[in-house]
Amino acid sequence: MKLSFNWLKDFMDTSVIEDPKGYCDLLTDTGSKVEGFEIAGDEIENVVVGRLVKCEKHPDADKLTVCLVDDGEEELRQIVTGATNMKEGDLVAVAKAPAKLPGGIVIKSGKLRGVESHGMFCSIGELDLTTHDVPYAIEDGLLIIQEDCKPGDDVRDVYMLRDTVIEFEITSNRQDCFSVIGLARESAVSYNTAFKLEEPVVKGCGGDVNDYVSVEVLDEKLCPRYCARAVKNVKIEPSPLWLRSRLRAMGVRPINNLVDITNYVMLEYGQPMHAFDRDFLEDAKIVVRCAEEGETIVTLDEQERKLTSKDLLICDGKKAVGIAGVMGGLNSEITDSTKTVIFESANFDGVSVRLTAKSVGLRTEASGRFEKGLDPNNCIAAINRACQLVELLGAGEVVDGVIDIYPNKKEQVRIPFRPKRINEFLGTDIAEETMVDILKRLWIELKDGELLIPSWRTDLVCFADIAEEIARIYGYNKIASTSFCVSARIGKRSPFHCFKNKLHALCTANGLTEIETYSFISEKLYEMLNLPEEQRKSVVISNPLGEDTKIMRTTALGSMLETLVRNQAHRNESAALYEMARIYIPNEDPMTLPEEKTSLVVGFYGDGDFYTLKGICESIAQKTVGFGDGAKKSYEIVAVKDDPSFHPGRTAALVKDERVLMTLGEIHPAVMKSFGLDKRTYAAVIDVEALFEAEKKDVVYKDIGKFPAVTRDLAFVCPETVTVGELEKLIIKYAGKNLESLRVFDIYRGEQVGAGNKSIAFKLVLRSPEKTFTDVESDKIITKVKGGLERELGITIRS
Amino acid sequence: MKEKLLAIEAALDSEIALVADNEGIEALRVKYLGKKGELTAILRSMGSLSAEERPVMGKLVNEVRASIEAKIGAKKEILAQEGLAKKLLDEAIDVTAPASIRTLGSRHPIAAVTEELENIFIGMGFDVADGPEVEYDYYNFEALNTPEGHPARDAQDTFYINSKVLLRSQTSTVQVRTMEKQKPPIRIISPGRVYRSDAVDATHSPMFHQMEGLVVDKGITMGDLKGTLELFAKTLFGEDTRIRFRPHHFPFTEPSAEVDISCFMCGGKGCSLCKKEGWIEILGAGMVHPNVLRGCGIDPEEYSGFAFGMGIERIVMKKYGITDMRLLYENDVRFLKQFN
Repeated sequence: MKLSFNWLKDFMDTSVIEDPKGYCDLLTDTGSKVEGFEIAGDEIENVVVGRLVKCEKHPDADKLTVCLVDDGEEELRQIVTGATNMKEGDLVAVAKAPAKLPGGIVIKSGKLRGVESHGMFCSIGELDLTTHDVPYAIEDGLLIIQEDCKPGDDVRDVYMLRDTVIEFEITSNRQDCFSVIGLARESAVSYNTAFKLEEPVVKGCGGDVNDYVSVEVLDEKLCPRYCARAVKNVKIEPSPLWLRSRLRAMGVRPINNLVDITNYVMLEYGQPMHAFDRDFLEDAKIVVRCAEEGETIVTLDEQERKLTSKDLLICDGKKAVGIAGVMGGLNSEITDSTKTVIFESANFDGVSVRLTAKSVGLRTEASGRFEKGLDPNNCIAAINRACQLVELLGAGEVVDGVIDIYPNKKEQVRIPFRPKRINEFLGTDIAEETMVDILKRLWIELKDGELLIPSWRTDLVCFADIAEEIARIYGYNKIASTSFCVSARIGKRSPFHCFKNKLHALCTANGLTEIETYSFISEKLYEMLNLPEEQRKSVVISNPLGEDTKIMRTTALGSMLETLVRNQAHRNESAALYEMARIYIPNEDPMTLPEEKTSLVVGFYGDGDFYTLKGICESIAQKTVGFGDGAKKSYEIVAVKDDPSFHPGRTAALVKDERVLMTLGEIHPAVMKSFGLDKRTYAAVIDVEALFEAEKKDVVYKDIGKFPAVTRDLAFVCPETVTVGELEKLIIKYAGKNLESLRVFDIYRGEQVGAGNKSIAFKLVLRSPEKTFTDVESDKIITKVKGGLERELGITIRS
Repeated sequence: MKEKLLAIEAALDSEIALVADNEGIEALRVKYLGKKGELTAILRSMGSLSAEERPVMGKLVNEVRASIEAKIGAKKEILAQEGLAKKLLDEAIDVTAPASIRTLGSRHPIAAVTEELENIFIGMGFDVADGPEVEYDYYNFEALNTPEGHPARDAQDTFYINSKVLLRSQTSTVQVRTMEKQKPPIRIISPGRVYRSDAVDATHSPMFHQMEGLVVDKGITMGDLKGTLELFAKTLFGEDTRIRFRPHHFPFTEPSAEVDISCFMCGGKGCSLCKKEGWIEILGAGMVHPNVLRGCGIDPEEYSGFAFGMGIERIVMKKYGITDMRLLYENDVRFLKQFN
């Protein structure tokens, strides 16, 4: 919402405002947030009215004219111009060199074809004006001034271009501040100065409005009040300069006197107005009713709008002539030949206007105001102001009488005044008299312990609202900062939150860098991941920004691969990333919430292979579910051949108690291709909730033993088909409880072991809790292991 | 015999000087002190001496022996030291050659700042609460004093799943969820993702992070809200930080305020970071609206509370001087590795 200082002057003494910056700060502090301000006319300098004394052809140029102009100074000024629409005696806008024009243009003296020229005559465009601002001017020629002025006058004064315009950000609860009057009230309160507002007075020309129009409101809920007045013998013409300049300052384009009056009143009173051409109202009747399903109307912007039974219409005896509170119909528009006008000043239900504006896709200045819930008590003053302006401008004759349909008068809001409670609530010690004084300045009267709320303050309904009024005028920043007193307590994170933090530490220690990606993805990602159908069922956003952000992901693997692709595209040699992602698993019933789970996704390329990934995953497992008992791990790694996103020969699952905690592997070549990954990429998907449940929570110390360990190496030759995992299981089985650790230290393939075979070398650490193992005892264990392997797998010992 | 002894010692002196390694010194020890050595030979021949001469000569032999032992010992020590010095010299490496660094990863700046914020409030006794991102309209609007048709709903263009379910547009949802479960005293913060239908540009993202705070107890005042936020701002941005409250409107707090902090770059003098304002807006706050308390079964006559909410991206961007929000979600490793 903009506010022109020139307009503000109608309602308060603006001499108390020392400078615009101070005004902005003060108003912001009292609750009307200022976005910024603009000194209108500031861009124009040294442009004055001049009277053309002499115009002669340029001696050396056919298209140029050499002019002598009286610009109010002693000597006449010589200016060469290419324009042709002027004659001697005309008043023109003279940019006296050196002069400044909008857009940072500087006019200097110079010679045109050898003749000196000390400035320039301006067109309206060069002054940043249009024919809406100066109706008699032409676009492509000099501005020939028709205002009452004399040579030497500053054009900014002639055209009332000088103003200070403040841009406010008004919060939605203060519908009253979407008006000059509302902002003037706030300004006057902030400066603790008088606010002047007079009831508009309409002389009238006799007659009776009821002879011109009748009004019938069929839906009192959606239209609590409807006021109408009639104006006859209308003369459509441009508005006077002062009115045009005020509209212009507020960012509204002047059209003609009648339309300008409706806009002027809307800006001044915050009450949207509408004007109908009575000759187009069939049966001279206005009916306010809901539309029939599918009913259509062509609005002022020449668009056909289709309505539903929830939308409120303004109709005449036969047809719709406007969408209530949104936009008028083209069929009853004011034109240059309009003779009789019916003004409408009505109150419509905010929610209804909002929904209608949304459903027809048309948000207007009017609907934006109505949807905030306007004060019905404002209607009469606004319609009278419009009629007062009609008379002031000589735009027509106002017929006596007002039609006012207001069946359920708004009741005055009363709120108990509780000064002690207010101080307790704010943590202040404001004297009761100070509170009363502040409230009085806000037109809130205290009567019998109750506060009487003015009708325009639709936002004040309860105790807390009053506390805010007092606090904002008293000054938020005068409230002392205090520490609240409650019993001391330790703040904490939930156990699951702490667990996630632990995983963050494990991931970063493993060289992974955290990423954050959007929770919504494109459906296409599922296809690219080759995800099984049952995992594609997702929560779908009904009004997404686009296809790429349409569904809530059921897996974060796609987002990870996209991130890796982007890093590859940026030619980053390697990337090792992780995301602690939320995934959203829909319920059968879409009206209930999906299950939100946490998925830790690891992904990298460029540095490392499957075993790097396995190392990361196992280290995370070791620090969560634990190392295990002796050589026996607390989890198992099993090959996974059927996950369609992963390479069938290079993927594993980390399993504990038959529950898959992690899936890890190389990305399937087909998936790599669809994402455009050209370096082998590895990823793991970790079920964080499952890992949390499997976490070893209560650690009890186990005796570490005081006897030295014995180390033995064992190498087996076996077919490629035998896995390390199988061998480990057997070694653990046969070595018994004294096997402290088991580790592969070499895998060899070559001529010596024969084609299709490999040699695997293990290091076994044996330790007894009771004694130091002798060689004989150790050999016995090793022999048992060898025997077991020979028996079960038929493999031979190499050394 | 005495001359012989002295000659042996003299011979050793000249020989020991030439010895360069442990083998050489060992050979000398055998030659002079060994069983077949020269000194042993003299001792053996002592039997031929008279009873008077024997103790005199015996003493002399022992003296010479001790002297030779000491000399050989000293030489050994010298050789050991020389040997160590040489070994150290030989083992010298180029310490400027590349290391085998185990590069550690890092947290995303949003996560890192979130954790920092959590820690500050945990220190003030706040618990960290969590809530769903796909949420009922009820928790996002209805219970927050923003019924259907309320104009404030328009200010936040919300993503809807259906008429009842949406993507939460604010972490304030957790306020109501907490108050439904827990009776006062309540002190929580709740960081998390929120969603609004804003097209992506340098300062907007359809998904971003907020952190909500809520305190409800008997006798909580607006002064307490100011005190809490002041303490928070000083902890996060430095002791000299000042805060400023500006009246504002949120449906679920009354009075409501927008809160600015004095610019931590220029201290409030005005610079490019604060756009010459001297202040940076970082959060919204207010006293919990009586309707919200009542809706959660808390009597507003008995209890009062305050709530606040801040945009985490905004703090991250101001803190690290990031001017384009898109960088935060592009996740380029060259960007991410700059944050420790």
